Amino acid sequence: MPATFKATHDQSPSQASRVFDLDVQSLRELNQALHKLTAGSNETAWEVLNPKGNHSVAVGVDQPVSIDVRGSVGYYCGGMNSGSAITVHGSAGPGVGENMMAGSITVKGDASQYAGATGKGGLLVIEGNASSRCGISMKGIDIVVHGNIGHMSAFMAQSGNLVVLGDAGDALGDSIYEARLFVRGKVDSLGADCIAKEMRPEHIDLLQGLLDRAGVTGVKPSEFKRYGSARTLYNFNIDNADAY
Amino acid sequence: MTYRNPPTTPRKSATFDDYTLSEIRRAAATGIYDIRGAGAKRKLPHFDDLLFLGASISRYPLEGYRERCDTSVVLGSRHAKKPIELKIPITIAGMSFGSLSGPAKEALGRGATLSGTSTTTGDGGMTEEERGHSKQLVYQYLPSRYGMNPRDLRRADAIEVVVGQGAKPGGGGMLLGQKISDRVAEMRTLPKGIDQRSASRHPDWTGPDDLEIKILELREITDWEKPIYVKVGGARPYYDTALAVKAGADVVVVDGMQGGTAATQEVFIENVGQPTLACIRPAVQALQDLGMHRKVQLIVSGGIRNGADVAKAMALGVDAVSIGTAALVALGDNDPRWEAEYNELGTTSGAYDDWHEGRDPAGITTQDPELMKRVDPIAAGRRLANYLKVMTLEAQTIARACGKNSLHNLEPEDLVALTIEAAAMAGVPLAGTNWIPGKNSF
Repeated sequence: MPATFKATHDQSPSQASRVFDLDVQSLRELNQALHKLTAGSNETAWEVLNPKGNHSVAVGVDQPVSIDVRGSVGYYCGGMNSGSAITVHGSAGPGVGENMMAGSITVKGDASQYAGATGKGGLLVIEGNASSRCGISMKGIDIVVHGNIGHMSAFMAQSGNLVVLGDAGDALGDSIYEARLFVRGKVDSLGADCIAKEMRPEHIDLLQGLLDRAGVTGVKPSEFKRYGSARTLYNFNIDNADAY
Repeated sequence: MTYRNPPTTPRKSATFDDYTLSEIRRAAATGIYDIRGAGAKRKLPHFDDLLFLGASISRYPLEGYRERCDTSVVLGSRHAKKPIELKIPITIAGMSFGSLSGPAKEALGRGATLSGTSTTTGDGGMTEEERGHSKQLVYQYLPSRYGMNPRDLRRADAIEVVVGQGAKPGGGGMLLGQKISDRVAEMRTLPKGIDQRSASRHPDWTGPDDLEIKILELREITDWEKPIYVKVGGARPYYDTALAVKAGADVVVVDGMQGGTAATQEVFIENVGQPTLACIRPAVQALQDLGMHRKVQLIVSGGIRNGADVAKAMALGVDAVSIGTAALVALGDNDPRWEAEYNELGTTSGAYDDWHEGRDPAGITTQDPELMKRVDPIAAGRRLANYLKVMTLEAQTIARACGKNSLHNLEPEDLVALTIEAAAMAGVPLAGTNWIPGKNSF
């Protein structure tokens, strides 16, 4: 189920938000202004214009503000996000939402490699496709991808949930720990120690909740397969050496 | 009278020596490679192969105990708003909570703080006891990202992006199940009791161009306040240093193969990477070629044991050194007082390196609640501070003898080498000659 996406580079800011134009102001000014926010601030809505592939847009934000990024971003957008709700009205480069702690990031377009890498919390939604290593080393984050994901996704994934409405590439969940993977389409191949698992009622409930949070409609949890760890590589055994 | 042929003395092979034979037998019996802690144990060209010349007619010395010899160092002045200022150029290297007990980490923080230097977290996140007892704490940014979070990033005094370490350039972390206690498991988001093998590559960047972007992100998250170090294992010190500088590092840390690890394959420790001595001049050369020597600071680690080693490293151009193994010994690691218990473990004090097994009689490389009580963080911290003080005094003694009023004024011209190998690696003349192998003819 390849996703179709048309980038919307809407440049018109709404009236109520604080607008940052990266053609005029620097990245450093943007991030520092976001870091200076304190609990209860009135500046709850932000817009970033002309991101033009800039790296590290809106990183390390720890207040529950909304940030609309009007265009595509480079590496690490929303990195270490700790509570804000970021929407990228375009596509995202590598490492979007890396090490996210809390809050949410929605990418209206596609995402490059390592989306949500090492994320510990929060929700990352990719409305297009995600490239390779999506959810690598994830540690509690929830990731929902409307389209497909590339190879080696959820590599060494420790905890959290990865939901894919489309297909997954090769070596899904290689060396996975306790993360849960839900894929609706086909999986090219599973990585070492990753197996298909039964969808029990609690998984149906969990998945429905994730789909609801991600705003996905018209898709039933029963259409997905669940994958996770066989737990055979948790303690080293020389007779498993061929698996590595 | 019968003639008897003279007997031949039994002769053991130099190639198949006792250690090698025992290792073959062990491998055959167990089917697994040997894992151990610490760094390379083989004999390597090292600082012992260098000597200082001291003052003579052409150079006059400074009075010991009278004339000042500065030991302070500033790290991270290139980009950071808040560089680290240390009283001594000897820092404590990164060692994880998990591989070390909580009291041992606290002791390192206490000792470093008493001495006016920094300590470093490790592959397991930042603990409260460590942050609380370390005036200056370097927070490691590792491939595993265990426990990584922006709050700790911001309450660190510097950030060290770890690319590799000297004991295992190209290798990831390893913490075996027996040391994964509830607390360690929680900090690492992993089930208790599993073997934890952390990644050898960072999950979200590869290569120097990505590293530059990653460093930018870390600076943006911390508002450009913190010095950013890049630590590499002693693999390709010239290029790694140059690429780290290009990527925007404030400080480059180069760790030679004598640098310790909590747990790695013996074959890896002894056969991958270069000796510390061989790493220094290429790293310094890279900084000089880029016009960045003394602007980007260089820290070297791996086998630093005393003030002479500190002075020699600094004479070769480094800004500071870092100690790990020696710091653990100062806390009480491998102390002969536990000899009976070492014997029970099939080893002897001074040779104990099964740190991954978590049964350390000295209570340092363990998560066993009873064993770790053997480390009194206050007393052990004091011992580390004493040791750091002695190393500093020793380095000052040598620097004054060479006529230097600052450790940073020591220079390669103060040194000669005892062996051709050391002369070539350190780029200083073989003693009694003016020959620097590779630079001029004998």
